[in-house]
Amino acid sequence: MIRFENVTKRFPDGTEALKDISLVLPTHELTAIIGPSGCGKTTLMKMINKLEKPTGGTIYIDENPINGMDEVQLRRSIGYVIQRIGLFPHMTISDNVSLVPKLLEWPKDKKEARVRELLQLVGLDPETYMDRFPLELSGGQQQRVGVIRALAGDPNIVLMDEPFSALDPISREQLQDELRNLQQTINKTIVFVTHDMDEALKIADSIIVMRDGQVEQIGTPQQLVDDPANEFVRNFIGVERINQKRAFGEKRLFEFLDLFTAEWSGGAEKISADATIEKAFLQLDDSRHNYLAIVEGEQIIAYATDRDLLKAALFKEQGVSV
Amino acid sequence: MKSFLDTLVSRQDMIISAFLEHIYLSFVAVAIGIAIALPLGIIITRYRRYAEPIIGVTAVFQTIPSLALFGFLVPILGIGSPTALIALIIYALLPILRNTYAGIVGVDGSTIEAGRGMGMTRTQILRQIELPLALPFIMAGIRTATVLTVGIATLATFVGAGGLGDIIYRGLQSYNNSLVLAGALPVALLAIGFDQILKWIEKRATPKGLKT
Ligand SMILES: Nc1ncnc2c1ncn2[C@@H]1O[C@H](COP(=O)(O)OP(=O)(O)O)[C@@H](O)[C@H]1O
Ligand SMILES: [Mg+2]
Repeated sequence: MIRFENVTKRFPDGTEALKDISLVLPTHELTAIIGPSGCGKTTLMKMINKLEKPTGGTIYIDENPINGMDEVQLRRSIGYVIQRIGLFPHMTISDNVSLVPKLLEWPKDKKEARVRELLQLVGLDPETYMDRFPLELSGGQQQRVGVIRALAGDPNIVLMDEPFSALDPISREQLQDELRNLQQTINKTIVFVTHDMDEALKIADSIIVMRDGQVEQIGTPQQLVDDPANEFVRNFIGVERINQKRAFGEKRLFEFLDLFTAEWSGGAEKISADATIEKAFLQLDDSRHNYLAIVEGEQIIAYATDRDLLKAALFKEQGVSV
Repeated sequence: MKSFLDTLVSRQDMIISAFLEHIYLSFVAVAIGIAIALPLGIIITRYRRYAEPIIGVTAVFQTIPSLALFGFLVPILGIGSPTALIALIIYALLPILRNTYAGIVGVDGSTIEAGRGMGMTRTQILRQIELPLALPFIMAGIRTATVLTVGIATLATFVGAGGLGDIIYRGLQSYNNSLVLAGALPVALLAIGFDQILKWIEKRATPKGLKT
C-alpha cells in the first residue's frame, strides 16, 4: 500500500503542483490517476520513486516513510514506465529489458531467462526480438518493451505515466487489453497516469480524479459514472457517458453476451440472461462473489464481472468504447 | 616534376624526420587536448551555468591568428617544442570541448529520466547512457581538432619545434618550389589520412541502434 499524507509540492518557481494530497493506493490494484494536463499527475507519481521530493507531508510504502530510504535502492524496487517510452536506443531489446536485473546483479542465466519470459508474456518472440534495437520496432512493440522493462526486476509497485498516449487508437486498445490480462497474472500495485477517461474506465480498479493539484474524487469506475462527486468530475467523465449508462442500464444481459467472459472456474452468482444490466449491478454488489453466471434455462452461457457490466452499460452502437 | 622527385630522394632523410616530428607534435597535442577537454566537457554539463563562459574562453583563443599565438607564447615560454605544443593544444581544445558538451546535453532527457527512474546512479547514467550516445559527436570533435592541429603544426618551425614546416620554410627561403612541395604535400596527406581514419572510427563508434 502506498499512502500520501498531506503531501504538497511547490516548485522553486512558485508553481503549486500538489496541494495537501492525502490518499491511498491499495496493494495489488491498478489505480488510475486522471485529470487535465498540468493538474499534477506526473508530479504525484514521481513522488513515489523520489524523482520529485515533497515540500510538505510524507509518503509511506507499506507504512514505512520513504524520506529515509536510499533513492537508488528504492527506484530499483519500483517499476517505471515513462511518459515518452524512454527505451535506450543504443541498447538491444534484451539489454533494455535486463537493465534493472543487471543493476540488481542477478546472475546471467537468470537475467536471460527473465528477458525471454517477459517477451513471451507480451507476445514478442524472444529469438526474433532480443537482439534488435528499439528503433527497429513499431511504436506498439516499443511500448510493450517499455512495460516489460518495468516488470523485469519483479517489483511490487509499477508506475506508468501515460504509457499508451502516443499510440494509434487500435494499438492503444490492444495494449490496454493486454495490460488488463497481464495484471490478472502479475497482480502488482500499479499506478497508471492517463488523461483519457475511456482508458481509465477500461483498465482501472479505482480512479483518482485530479484537478489543479487537488483530488476531486476517488472511486471505482462504476462509482464515478454512477455518482460523480461534482460538476467537474461529471464533465470530465462526460455527461454523454453518464446518460448512456442510465439508458443502457435498462437493456438486458443477453444483448451483450459478446462482451462477457466465456470461462470461469471459481464461484459465481447466478442471474437470468433476461435481467437488466441495472439489476445485474445490484445483484453483484450484494453478492459475495465477484462474478455473475448468466443463465438461460438451466445452462450457464457466460460470466460477467462488474467491469464487464460497465462495458455493456457504456456500449455504443458503433462499437465498444470502454 | 623530375626536380620534385629528385628533391624527394636527395632530401629523403630530412623529410622523413620532419614528417615524424610533425606527427609527434600533432599527436601529442591532440592527446593532451582530449585529456583536458573531454573531462572538462563532461564537468560543464553538470554545471551548466559555467558552460557558456568556459566554451566562450576557448572560442576566444581559437580566434587568435595562429601565427600571432605562437608570437605571444615565445616571450613567455621561449623557443622549443613545449611552446609549439601548448599553442597546438589550445587550438585542439575548442572542437573537443564543444562537441563533448553538445553531445551530452543533446541526449534525450526522457532517456536519462528513464535511467534515473530505474535506479541508475549518476556515474552509471554517464557511462552507460550519456557517453555512448554522445560518442559520435565527441569523435567528430576529435577529428576536427586533429585536422586543425596537423595544419597549424606547420607553424611550429617558427618556434624552432621542427615538423614539416621546416621543409616548407626552407624551400620558400631558397626559392625552391620542389622543396616547398615536398613539405606541403605530406602535410596534406597527413591531414587527409588522419581524417579518413578518424571518420572510420567515428562510424564504428556510432552505437549500432542509432544507425539507420
Ligand atoms: N520542474 C518543474 N518546475 C516548475 N514547475 C513544474 C515542474 N514540473 C512540473 N511543473 C508544473 O507543475 C504542474 C503539474 O505538472 P505535471 O505533474 O507534469 O502535470 P500533469 O502530469 O498532470 O500534466 C504544471 O503546472 C507544471 O507546469
Ligand atoms: Mg504528465
